[in-house]
Amino acid sequence: MGKNIQASSGNRKWISTAGKLLSLVLFFVVFQLLISFNVVNDYLFSTLVKIGINIILAVSLNLITGFTGQFSLGHAGFMSIGAYVCAIITLRYYSVWGFVCGLLAGAVCAAIVGILVGLPTLRLKGDYLAIATLGMAEIIKILFRNVLDKWTNGAAGLSGIPQFVSWPWLFVLTVGTVILVSNFINSSHGRSCISIREDEIAAESMGIGSTKYKVMAFVTGAFFAGIAGAMYSSYFFYIDPDLFGFQKSIDILVIVVLGGMGSISGSVIAAVVLELISMFLQAYPELKMVIYGALLVLIMLFRPQGIMGSRELSLSFLKKWTGRLGQKNGGAA
Amino acid sequence: MPILTVNKLTKSFGGLMAVTNVSMELEKGELVGLIGPNGAGKTTVFNLLTGIYPPTSGTVTLFRDDKEERLEGLKPHIICKKGIARTFQNIRLFRDLTVLDNVRIAMNKNVKYGLFSTFLRTKSYFSEEKEVLEKSMQLLEILKLAHKKDELAKNLPYGEQRHLEIVRALATDPCILLLDEPAAGMNPAETAQLTEMIAWMRENFDLTILLIEHDMSLVMKICERIYVLDYGMVIAEGTPSEIKSNKRVIEAYLGEEMGNA
Ligand SMILES: Nc1ncnc2c1ncn2[C@@H]1O[C@H](COP(=O)(O)OP(=O)(O)OP(=O)(O)O)[C@@H](O)[C@H]1O
Ligand SMILES: [Mg+2]
Repeated sequence: MGKNIQASSGNRKWISTAGKLLSLVLFFVVFQLLISFNVVNDYLFSTLVKIGINIILAVSLNLITGFTGQFSLGHAGFMSIGAYVCAIITLRYYSVWGFVCGLLAGAVCAAIVGILVGLPTLRLKGDYLAIATLGMAEIIKILFRNVLDKWTNGAAGLSGIPQFVSWPWLFVLTVGTVILVSNFINSSHGRSCISIREDEIAAESMGIGSTKYKVMAFVTGAFFAGIAGAMYSSYFFYIDPDLFGFQKSIDILVIVVLGGMGSISGSVIAAVVLELISMFLQAYPELKMVIYGALLVLIMLFRPQGIMGSRELSLSFLKKWTGRLGQKNGGAA
Repeated sequence: MPILTVNKLTKSFGGLMAVTNVSMELEKGELVGLIGPNGAGKTTVFNLLTGIYPPTSGTVTLFRDDKEERLEGLKPHIICKKGIARTFQNIRLFRDLTVLDNVRIAMNKNVKYGLFSTFLRTKSYFSEEKEVLEKSMQLLEILKLAHKKDELAKNLPYGEQRHLEIVRALATDPCILLLDEPAAGMNPAETAQLTEMIAWMRENFDLTILLIEHDMSLVMKICERIYVLDYGMVIAEGTPSEIKSNKRVIEAYLGEEMGNA
């Protein structure tokens, strides 16, 4: 009996992994074809890039705020580090390898700043942490504008950044981030982070060093925000410090809250939905912010926990699906 | 052979002396009660032993594996790693997580796979995760919560929440277990069952147990020794029968009825 259950659950796991892989490959190929035949034109592709970048930003902030419960208002600060580091490097070394180096260096620099900022500030709770991270992002902005202007060209910003983000890059980086962050959350480290959100004192009493895991989540989040920033600068080929201000951090937070704190699939869905809405509203610039704002109010009124709450789409969906499949198989045997 | 000695432990909150010069000793394998009226400082003693608060003065020494370690002032997660686990008077489960996850989280401190294995799902990730899952299910089965493994902790009935707190504490693999009013809110039948369970756990998990409880039927039945706390001070120490007939204890806490019983 026990063996039976194990075997069938092993089978199920295999089926669901294979199914996921297949649908990912299919997704990639379909869009590649659409792009090759220009059904997805440059404008649509730029929307796709924005969605991908927002997914990475939201998922990485969700790790910090939704899963670990550390309220951060400075995510755009980490993004800007990735953007500037990658831009400066690719402007110097105009090649794919330059981009790869820039991408990694940007992410690593963002992570390092994450450690430097996280260690002192993550001792703060709630509102205080929010204010501290907000201040951190403002300081980073001012550094790029006024102090490091020899490299960043100050308020005028950097332009003519080499463009490397094509569909394969976008796909691999976005899907890769989602998979890596999901892997983190579904591990002992991830469970430690979640337990801190649930009850920090209880978590500490169960042997979980809260500072260590808060910093771990913060640094991981910063790393991926750095990746998103690097993609941004490489695709939109122009950056200036004001692109990464308070407003941007709030935009990311809105995606996370709307999708559901503590739901990766929620963040993905919200990033897609919000970008599509803003694309359709592009034609009515005067109305855009009003409608956008009203939509946010409505969604929060009717679903205060966000689209997904803290549940995941893929899990329950696949379970139902494979469950039905298993029943059919059982019936046949 | 003592496993834990507490020497002149003191804690003041501002001007309020919650715990004053408390000295205790736990022998290995003992089941000791800590009783006293409301506000006597019992929970505060637990909070000092587990590092939730640093003591104002005094020492806590743990003897384990022929080593002598001072615990006062250490962080809670480090004290837990040294082998002291606890439950909370006002249940502090991870309410929105499943029963299984509550237990798995308590095992995290022994998981060895690193970030690399986490992100890339190497072999050690799968093998250790499997081990954690099996161990958690074993514990849940022993303590009869296995059938509720996918239920959210907050949806369990009150008595089972208290049980789950004990399972979670056990999952940290402690040598000393501190139970803060485990029978609070339970009916007599549940209390009787819990009493048995505590005695059974001590035998089978090689535990030393310190237990806060207001339910005297439980305390007198299973504790070998009892400390009585009043206004933050130890006013008596002894076997249940000694405590029952101690004049100061009767005055301060038990009342005539219990003393005569
Ligand atoms: N964090 C704190 N700050 C200030 N005072 C505190 C704090 N914790 C406990 N106290 C005070 O210390 C005293 C002892 O409280 P404690 O909770 O240890 O009592 P107790 O013996 O566990 O009581 P009960 O049986 O009601 O649980 C009380 O007067 C309480 O108000
Ligand atoms: Mg108490």
